[in-house]
Amino acid sequence: MKKEDLPQDPGALDKFTREVCYVKNQDGKYETALSKGWDVKKQALDSAWEEVNERVEDARRAVASGEKSPVYYFMELRLMDMPVLSGYTGFFPFFIKRHFKPSVFKGLSERKLEKYARAFDITVSELKNFKG
Amino acid sequence: MNIESQTDAFHHVQTAHCENGVTTALLRYHGLEFMSEPLAFGMGSGLFYIQIPFLTVNNGPAISFRTMPGAIFKRTCKSLGVEVTRKKFSNPAVAEAFLDQKVKQGVPVGCQVGVFHLSYFPKEYRFHFNAHNLIVFGERDGRYLISDPVMEDVTSLSKEELSRVRFAQGPLAPKGHIYFPEKIKPISQEMIRKGIVSGIRRNVRDMLSIPGNFAGVNGIRHTSNHVRKWRDKLGLRKASLYLGQIVRMQEEIGTGGGGFRFLYGAFLEEAAGYLQDERVSNISEDFTKAGDMWRASAIKMAGVYKGRLTEQKDFEEIADMMLEIRLVEKEAFQKLSSLKLGK
Repeated sequence: MKKEDLPQDPGALDKFTREVCYVKNQDGKYETALSKGWDVKKQALDSAWEEVNERVEDARRAVASGEKSPVYYFMELRLMDMPVLSGYTGFFPFFIKRHFKPSVFKGLSERKLEKYARAFDITVSELKNFKG
Repeated sequence: MNIESQTDAFHHVQTAHCENGVTTALLRYHGLEFMSEPLAFGMGSGLFYIQIPFLTVNNGPAISFRTMPGAIFKRTCKSLGVEVTRKKFSNPAVAEAFLDQKVKQGVPVGCQVGVFHLSYFPKEYRFHFNAHNLIVFGERDGRYLISDPVMEDVTSLSKEELSRVRFAQGPLAPKGHIYFPEKIKPISQEMIRKGIVSGIRRNVRDMLSIPGNFAGVNGIRHTSNHVRKWRDKLGLRKASLYLGQIVRMQEEIGTGGGGFRFLYGAFLEEAAGYLQDERVSNISEDFTKAGDMWRASAIKMAGVYKGRLTEQKDFEEIADMMLEIRLVEKEAFQKLSSLKLGK
């Protein structure tokens, strides 16, 4: 990539930092240059977030209709998957899957709820009272 | 970010990639002024390609354009005869006490962290990715002074904030991982040349003759074969998300552009100076070409996830582009191999 071809499309990094890229200068030698971003990857990031938001919305609907427990919704909201949530709570995936069922969720002990609440950065009552 | 900190000895270095940056800044702090990001990357045999089988990351394919986390620091230090200390902890309080002790001694240290809770990162970038690296180089007003190599300037984190990211959970959980160079002997030009040569040879081996079909240059063909099938198998929507994931791994902050290929080109150019070998800098051109081709393929992939390109023939074209890249990279590494450096 030549230095003059380095894209400067402002994106999510805009107010945070510019990033170092390796480019060819006029003498055909490598040097570093700072880029504000590139539309091609900005759109990749945007489409990843669209997907995340859709998953969260699906999860919210599933809670509202009584198919899933709030644990499922907050897992999606916090961009987590099974291994990550399992790491933060210490519960095995098998049990987490059970906790997705509203009937099982209702009977969870205060201690287990606290572990989930801490993993999700919310209070126990927010977790318990989430209705979708 | 107006900390005019930067203690007398420690200087923040902004780099494309975090691990190269930590390696470069820490080694420079210990007197190895010649260290640069391309040199650290090349001596650590940083260039790679792998599509990890059966694993998905953020609900997409797990693809990496570089070697595994931690390897660059380890290999670069080793090839220069630098002894390193690395520690992991099960107890956050012990981890913090150890860090505080190092800070008190005025020793800058590298820390592995997760980015999801990293408060100074923009929200858009905060996924559960646990192999980010930063340097803690001091403390002021109860806050750690942080040099994050991907940033233009230094920043700071509270004790709670740092402890939280050092004990992020999930795949590649850092477990408080802390590391720093311990003993450094005087380094001769000869040692640098040897480090460069062994870095290149290891990289040739990794890219050309690693077993299995999903890593090295053959890994690119592996992904290419997948791309051909994605549209039928996953549907257009999911297939385009998968392509978006490839572009993010390849071009996002930390790669220097073109999936680290430009960075490797810069390394070979620098290496040619040390080795006094014009042939090496000629091969640098091949990696520049590969990087440019990766970027061209990203533009094509963007056409798909923007919804402009929807046909199977577009996926076929992307797959063909990847096969061409594979050939360019394969030939480049074969040329490096045939130089018989160090023999």
